[in-house]
Amino acid sequence: MAEAGGTVTAYRGLLRAQARSQTAYRASFVVDLLGNVGATAFDVVTVLVIYGVTRELGGFTLPETLVMVGISSCAFATADLLVGNIERLPRYVRTGLFDAVLLRPLGALPQLLLMDLPLRKVSRALFGLAVLVVALATAGIGWTPGRVLLAVVAPLAGVVFFGSVFVATATVSFYWVESGELANSVTYGGRDFTSYPVTVFEGWFRAAFAYGLGFAFVSYQPALALLGRADPLGLPAWAGWAAPGVALVAAAGAAAAWRVGVRHYRSTGS
Amino acid sequence: MGSVTATVAPPTDSNVILWFRTFWAISRSGFRRYATYRQAAAAGVVTNSVFGFLRCYVLLAVAGSAGSAAGYDRAQLATFVWAGQGLLAVILLWGWADLADRIRTGDVAGDLLRPVHPVTSYLATDLGRAGYAALARLLPPMLVGPLFFDVHLPARWSTVPLFGVSVVTAVVLCFGCRFLVNAAAYWLQDVRGPMILWTLGSGVLAGLYFPLRFLPEPLQLALWLGTPFPSLLQTPLDVLVERDPPVTQLGLVALQLCWAVLILAACRLVQRRAERRLVVQGG
Repeated sequence: MAEAGGTVTAYRGLLRAQARSQTAYRASFVVDLLGNVGATAFDVVTVLVIYGVTRELGGFTLPETLVMVGISSCAFATADLLVGNIERLPRYVRTGLFDAVLLRPLGALPQLLLMDLPLRKVSRALFGLAVLVVALATAGIGWTPGRVLLAVVAPLAGVVFFGSVFVATATVSFYWVESGELANSVTYGGRDFTSYPVTVFEGWFRAAFAYGLGFAFVSYQPALALLGRADPLGLPAWAGWAAPGVALVAAAGAAAAWRVGVRHYRSTGS
Repeated sequence: MGSVTATVAPPTDSNVILWFRTFWAISRSGFRRYATYRQAAAAGVVTNSVFGFLRCYVLLAVAGSAGSAAGYDRAQLATFVWAGQGLLAVILLWGWADLADRIRTGDVAGDLLRPVHPVTSYLATDLGRAGYAALARLLPPMLVGPLFFDVHLPARWSTVPLFGVSVVTAVVLCFGCRFLVNAAAYWLQDVRGPMILWTLGSGVLAGLYFPLRFLPEPLQLALWLGTPFPSLLQTPLDVLVERDPPVTQLGLVALQLCWAVLILAACRLVQRRAERRLVVQGG
């Protein structure tokens, strides 16, 4: 028991040190906070501009699409805040810093996440939440207790899902250090994919991203269930509730990939 | 021969051929330097292709059953997206902080000691890098796109050389913008703020996320004339997909050239002001 308490204290210490160092330069921190809101804001602006040119996208109106954008940006921004800095793993592997992480008597993954928890991304997560709330309020949803529950569960499942994607794609760097921006194609690509109705996409690309990787269950299917619309692509109504299950599968997959990856890790030897 | 630091005006008796030779040599070394990272280039091509699919499907859905949006037909939109994904790496919109890092660490002192103006030498390196990127990053998406989508092929012969001029100008202009953002480090040490603003602004205002023609016309005009951003990406792409008649194409490229000259002049001015106040840290 005492040991567990010690571990928690250690993690808390890491987190506190991070918070102090990141807020040391106030002006820098404020610019970072604003900049991070900007990134998500422009994603929303892009959707608005696109709907300025067309009334319907893939058979969905702007308020309907905004529900998907809301779930997606809220979930992605929160996952990015909590787990996103795992993106730096390639650098840690290349420079050998990962050795030091493995030597410490704490879990490697939690350490990496806490070592530079990007507090500046808090603003983005809050903005994502605001988009979701506004989208839900303006979409004309016929609220039932079930839908209220889904409106809470779906973004949370999305956070777990995107978090798993971040971890799983980062493990590629254990095998291929120079994989560069490859992970971005699934993480940021997934964010873009989930910001639009799945009906927009076609062919094998849709099959791979929506159902192969499971991105359809992050925002599209839950949004359909919330809006009470039947899926034009033919999945049953309960598919909207599959989000937590899909997220758990993704988390299990990511955990497995992480374990195998760490075991495969060979130091740079420096 | 006088002093050879960049702070003092370079010797005027140097001949032009020598200047070109130096420029060419630096460019080649830039090409070779970036050609080392082949795996990273391959990973980048995969990423660009995924985003090519994503954006292409979205824009095609915008065109919808009507078959056109904001003056682009479906094939033009496909070319716009796929060429845009390749061009992104050629002009290198994001991720260049070489100069800022060198200013912060003081290594920039080494650049100032060389007998080549820093703006010139960095530009030469960047053109070399862009040359490699044109082969390794621009060609692949332009070949992958047509495999999956109907693309627009230039109907006028004049479009091809004009596109070439437009791309080179865009590279020079984008370099100039990045140089200016980086040069903020002379005054600020930490360029994170300007860098974030640049990353945010350049993506949207250059036409990467959506063609700027989707915006209301007065706003388009203001962006094109008032900012260099549309000249970075939107102009070369509009030229390639032949969105406008030849005269307008020419006009857009001329505007691009004006911006490139203006921004390069600004780079030299900023560099001169910076050298006056620069205190290199350390021994």
